[in-house]
Amino acid sequence: MSFEFTTENKKKFEDFLRRYPQKKAALLPSLWLVQEQQGWISPESMEYLAGLLDLTPAHIFETATFYTMYNMKPIGKHHIQVCNSICCCLRGSEGVVQYLKKKLGVNVGESTADKRFHLSAVECLGSCGTAPMMQINDDYYEDLTEEKIDQILEKLK
Amino acid sequence: MELILSKNWHVPDQRKLSVAEKNGAYSSLKKIFGMTPLQVIEEVKASGLRGRGGAGFATGMKWGFIPKDNKKPVYLINNFDESEPGTFKDRMIAEKDPHMIIEGMIIASYAIGAHTSYIYIRGEYHRPWEILEEALKEAYAKGYLGKNILGSGFDLDIFQHRGAGAYICGEETALLSSLEGGRGYPRIKPPFPAIAGAWACPTIVNNVETLSNIPYIINNGGAAFKKIGTEKSAGTKLMSASGHINKPGVYEVEMGLPIRTFIEEHLGGVWKGRKVKGVVPGGSSFAPLTNDEAMRTNLDFESCAAAGTSLGSGGFYVMDDTTCMVRLLQFTTKFYAHESCGQCTPCREGSGWIFKIARRIESGNGRERDLNLLEDVCSNVVNGRTICVFADAMAMPVQGFLKKFRNEFEEHIRLGKCPHG
Repeated sequence: MSFEFTTENKKKFEDFLRRYPQKKAALLPSLWLVQEQQGWISPESMEYLAGLLDLTPAHIFETATFYTMYNMKPIGKHHIQVCNSICCCLRGSEGVVQYLKKKLGVNVGESTADKRFHLSAVECLGSCGTAPMMQINDDYYEDLTEEKIDQILEKLK
Repeated sequence: MELILSKNWHVPDQRKLSVAEKNGAYSSLKKIFGMTPLQVIEEVKASGLRGRGGAGFATGMKWGFIPKDNKKPVYLINNFDESEPGTFKDRMIAEKDPHMIIEGMIIASYAIGAHTSYIYIRGEYHRPWEILEEALKEAYAKGYLGKNILGSGFDLDIFQHRGAGAYICGEETALLSSLEGGRGYPRIKPPFPAIAGAWACPTIVNNVETLSNIPYIINNGGAAFKKIGTEKSAGTKLMSASGHINKPGVYEVEMGLPIRTFIEEHLGGVWKGRKVKGVVPGGSSFAPLTNDEAMRTNLDFESCAAAGTSLGSGGFYVMDDTTCMVRLLQFTTKFYAHESCGQCTPCREGSGWIFKIARRIESGNGRERDLNLLEDVCSNVVNGRTICVFADAMAMPVQGFLKKFRNEFEEHIRLGKCPHG
């Protein structure tokens, strides 16, 4: 499966290049753009970026795999990331993880069979004052209760 | 007390330029363009402002480190990686008053001679990123950014650079590696970024809250800022308060406020009518305080240091008297084991090892010699055995929890289970 930026994304990519004195610096924003376009960082997309940025595919792979937010394989449509770090744990984040595991029938790190949801437990998301909380794709959901989680997931179906 | 950073947080639409301007946003720019860059730096030095990202280094002094005979481009980086567990204050500034951040960046860039500046924002902060993008767009349209700002002849571009989930990128040299398009690996210092930072050019990395204090200092003078707070910790501090308290949130307090007052009067006391068992005042990378220690400590750099911890980034969390400290240490060490960048052997191996031992004790399989082992591993990863201070940041809470709540660890090992269930 080959990869190419859409016309709109090609324009965005050109804009990235203007922001930095060196092409290589456009790598992180370009990886974000790939993920925005197809949901994950495929081997083909890394080869494509290597061509655009004059880098080796190995450098792209090495960099992409360092960061937890780049999906190195396709995942469910709604990526649920429960903060299970120190301050959230003080306010019951483990219960949230358990509840979601049971509700979705998956373990942490897995997607549901219908590929609608993917469950992750992550480190501090900077929302300790509204713990427990989770991020689903770009949005934060805070002060969670089981009822609230039910309502949030219901709307995403 | 006079609020510096949060004074307009209650204003609806403060994030819009037209509203922010009515409340004084960008009013400092006319003033700085009538000053020399050196005068701006002197004003910031006079204010006594210290970095709010965790280290507390004098901001004006840092700006002064740019070599005088420099011919290369200079960069300002606004460190918005905010990832220290317990810390969420910078996010609040961006969401409530983004123009204050941009104004601070313009002044700082002018002072150090930067014409390109980046906001390194953590990848998870998508909403704050959108808000800042909108604010930047408005600032460009009004001529506060771009070419020849307000007819001064000074040019400045600000771009946002999104991280992608790595705590270590808050360390300034790791941030630079990440900005340049690689793994977020810290670099050996020296050279310090002010000499050779982004693309080997002189670079100043400042925290969001630090930069947000700058417009006030220019408008009111360094001396006015210096009068707030304590002698060596000038100004106010944004405290991110969480854990077992009634009113979590971000609070702007005058430096030097007693922790007791902060908990009782600002945070509404401990939840469920319970008592304080421990407090972490400055983020997870520092030792916790026992209740007794916390009640005689104040929220400023010196008082926290004297108590054996740090004001750090102001990530303040409270543990009530039912908290299992072994479990809390397990969660703390899990964080560091997950976030070690893996470059240096003592940190990479030590972080995983420490987590495994903590987990073993919490699950009831601890051995008597485990406490000495934990201390031993800690003492072998700290004090310059690694490129950056991550290993020290991991060891300090471990050593602190062991010292202050040792009986709980011994009890777990003796009982062969967690007494808290």
